[in-house]
Amino acid sequence: MGETDALLSAHDISKSFFGFKALEHVDFSVRKGEIHALLGENGAGKSTLIKALTGVHRPDAGTIMLKGEPVEVRDPLHAQKLGVGTVYQEVNLLPNLSVAENLYIGRQPKRFGLTHAAAMHRMARALLAQYDIDIDVRAPLSSFSVAVQQLIAIARAVDMSGSVLILDEPTASLDRHEVQLLFGVMRKLRDRGLGIVFITHFLDQVYAVADRITVLRNGRLVGTRDAKALPRMELVSMMLGRALEAATEHGHRAPPAAGTGPAIEFSGYGLSRSIAPFDLAIAPGEVVGVAGLLGSGRTETARLMFGIDHADSGKATVDGKAVRIASPREAVRLGFGLCPEDRKVDGIIGDLSVRENIALALQARRGWLKRMSSREQAELADRFVKALDIRTTDIEKPVKLLSGGNQQKVILARWLATQPRLLILDEPTRGIDVGAHAEIIQLINRLCAEGLALVVISSEIEEIVAYSTRVRVLRDREHVCDLTGSEISTGTIMRTIAASEGASA
Amino acid sequence: MMSSRLLPFLATLVIFVLAYAVCVFQFPNMLSTRVAGNLLTDNAFLGIAAVGMTFVILSGGIDLSVGAVIAFTGVLISVLVSWHGMHPLLAFAIALAVSTAFGGAMGAAIHYLEVPAFIVTLAGMFLARGMAFVIATDSIPINHAFYSAVQKMYVLMPGGGRLTLIGGLMLVVFAAGIVIAHYTRFGSYVYAIGGNRQSAELMGVPVARTTIGIYALSGFLSGLSGVVFSLYTSAGYSLATVGVELDAIAAVVIGGTLLTGGVGLVAGTFFGVVIQGLIQTYIVFDGTLSSWWTKIVVGILLFAFIALQRLLVLVGDRSAANRKTA
Ligand SMILES: Nc1ncnc2c1ncn2[C@@H]1O[C@H](COP(=O)(O)OP(=O)(O)O)[C@@H](O)[C@H]1O
Ligand SMILES: [Mg+2]
Repeated sequence: MGETDALLSAHDISKSFFGFKALEHVDFSVRKGEIHALLGENGAGKSTLIKALTGVHRPDAGTIMLKGEPVEVRDPLHAQKLGVGTVYQEVNLLPNLSVAENLYIGRQPKRFGLTHAAAMHRMARALLAQYDIDIDVRAPLSSFSVAVQQLIAIARAVDMSGSVLILDEPTASLDRHEVQLLFGVMRKLRDRGLGIVFITHFLDQVYAVADRITVLRNGRLVGTRDAKALPRMELVSMMLGRALEAATEHGHRAPPAAGTGPAIEFSGYGLSRSIAPFDLAIAPGEVVGVAGLLGSGRTETARLMFGIDHADSGKATVDGKAVRIASPREAVRLGFGLCPEDRKVDGIIGDLSVRENIALALQARRGWLKRMSSREQAELADRFVKALDIRTTDIEKPVKLLSGGNQQKVILARWLATQPRLLILDEPTRGIDVGAHAEIIQLINRLCAEGLALVVISSEIEEIVAYSTRVRVLRDREHVCDLTGSEISTGTIMRTIAASEGASA
Repeated sequence: MMSSRLLPFLATLVIFVLAYAVCVFQFPNMLSTRVAGNLLTDNAFLGIAAVGMTFVILSGGIDLSVGAVIAFTGVLISVLVSWHGMHPLLAFAIALAVSTAFGGAMGAAIHYLEVPAFIVTLAGMFLARGMAFVIATDSIPINHAFYSAVQKMYVLMPGGGRLTLIGGLMLVVFAAGIVIAHYTRFGSYVYAIGGNRQSAELMGVPVARTTIGIYALSGFLSGLSGVVFSLYTSAGYSLATVGVELDAIAAVVIGGTLLTGGVGLVAGTFFGVVIQGLIQTYIVFDGTLSSWWTKIVVGILLFAFIALQRLLVLVGDRSAANRKTA
């Protein structure tokens, strides 16, 4: 404790939500005159730490110190009064209030005991001018773009931060120029002696402004380092929780034989604020592994390909014919399948039996009028239980009673029953035990040998190396490059993930 | 954009002008300060309660206890004045203190127990009505020199109309409501909570204090409405003003305030009240129509306004979506 110049610090903070440990014994501090990047994959606990520091959540254990004195931050208002200005990740401002009111609510200038709107408008215009924003500050916030709203939220927090400014992923909806502007302001404030906490997924931005870096993983502190002394590679392995030394394994899968041209092609496919336009061609018998940090746009890519989100640029073709994937139903009709990331939420229906879960997608594809009889369903389920070696005492057992690996196989069986041509697997091995893990990988290899096209998203780089014929690397919501042949190794993949913009690919 | 927010209010104004024009066209006598004065006097208690309701609805809540609190206050005042010989002014002060505390307690329950306002104020409605009954079941008349004196106080308007004390009090309450809504921090907190309670909290709006304040204000104005109703009828009766909260909600919505909160004007509510009063006056002038026509027309207007608001919200969403993808 007692770090030099620490403005705001957390000591041994723990926080659980309904038994789920979001933060465990985390130490964190921001000093006078520094920009401190707080990093970690999605769900690492960054936002929770911020909320614990600013009185939104009450920590279960640990102390918070402000300028060396322990404080109990009661609520966000109290945090503001203590000189800590925050832009939270999810909720920003109030769309029904005017821009000026959003900037000054609770701090409106007064005259004769009443709020003085004209003065407030003048102050708001002057404040926003520092950010090159020239708008009608009397208009409701909702009449401006998300980027402008974001800048207004930042301007507000900066204006209120007496000593500490906290920005939780403020750049997600800003363009390059706006980001530069923000960085300019941050540097100016740092030089004025403020402590700034900056959360982002963009590693380039981290190295552009941060003085120190703290990494969280699964609610625990991995470490705090000086940005200058922390190479990108090491930062990425801190975030991923994997040492690099062991990462030299090479892939061994050949791309499919020539002659089987790409059957499914996406070109310039993208959605603004979700994933930058990408080209992707997938041939039968190919396994495209998708690698990247969480939040790099992997799941967004899957959602776009499967029609859950709608592309606003580019086109898709199947067998050379242009197609429109406007909904998952159309994707299924085209022969696509998606096993989602969180099978508990999006995939498995726990109370239905194995048989019913397997029959679901095929039934949906046939339409509900042509109902499958129980006997047909049972035949289908039996076939897949055998083929995929699903361990269950019988096919009428509710799926929730199966182990994670077997649940995953049930979802796979569901899609395989529809005889898809393209299967997208988002984290197929998450949360299943080691034995089942190997089986799923074998299954992927077998399906691919049978001529199915697969896109597999995974955080397990070794796993991607094991089954991919090609690896697509994503970074900062962009598809940055493809690795093939001998390039498919854990080392190369991690280096590519860590590379700064334009340095590799 | 600003104009799309003001659109419901402008629509209210247009409807008011049209309705008044129709009335005057049929009954030229209605264009007189005499009618205007009566309209203000007859609707004073509703208008005052509707100002409180405006704040409640702007914050995204609802207050169903209004009618019951008006009746309770009326009974309390009658008992204090007629049975205990208290001076009316002192009785008013006690009644206002009780109704304000009652509203504040409901606000505290809504905030701290996290129970929907609809449930808490429903309970408040039963409680207030029940207490009025417990005090007295029959109507209690008030014969006090102060009452007769006050009832004779008015300002003569050009054209012979009388702006009575209670009519004038309603105008003052509306003016004060406008000032509170637009020129105080409390007012901006009300809009903020109605816009998005969670965001408001993260932005440092004192949500607890404001929520209690909103319902205390509504309680106070219900109490004041009870005072006015007592002066208007010279009696207190536990079965009086049943359903006034619904008339007040109707006035607020017809006045252009969004039922979901966050958008609206106190001034709009004034016209919401006056439009309802106008319809009643028309029926009185006509003489053949059943007074239930007031309810029917108010119902139609409510539907029209809710449809208009939905439409504006949809159009707003569409243009917001366009901005996002642009
Ligand atoms: N209010 C909450 N209730 C339950 N779980 C929560 C809540 N807030 C966060 N979590 C969980 O805590 C973990 C950390 O979340 P968060 O701090 O938002 O991560 P990050 O900001 O690093 O992406 C996640 O698994 C999330 O689901
Ligand atoms: Mg977060």
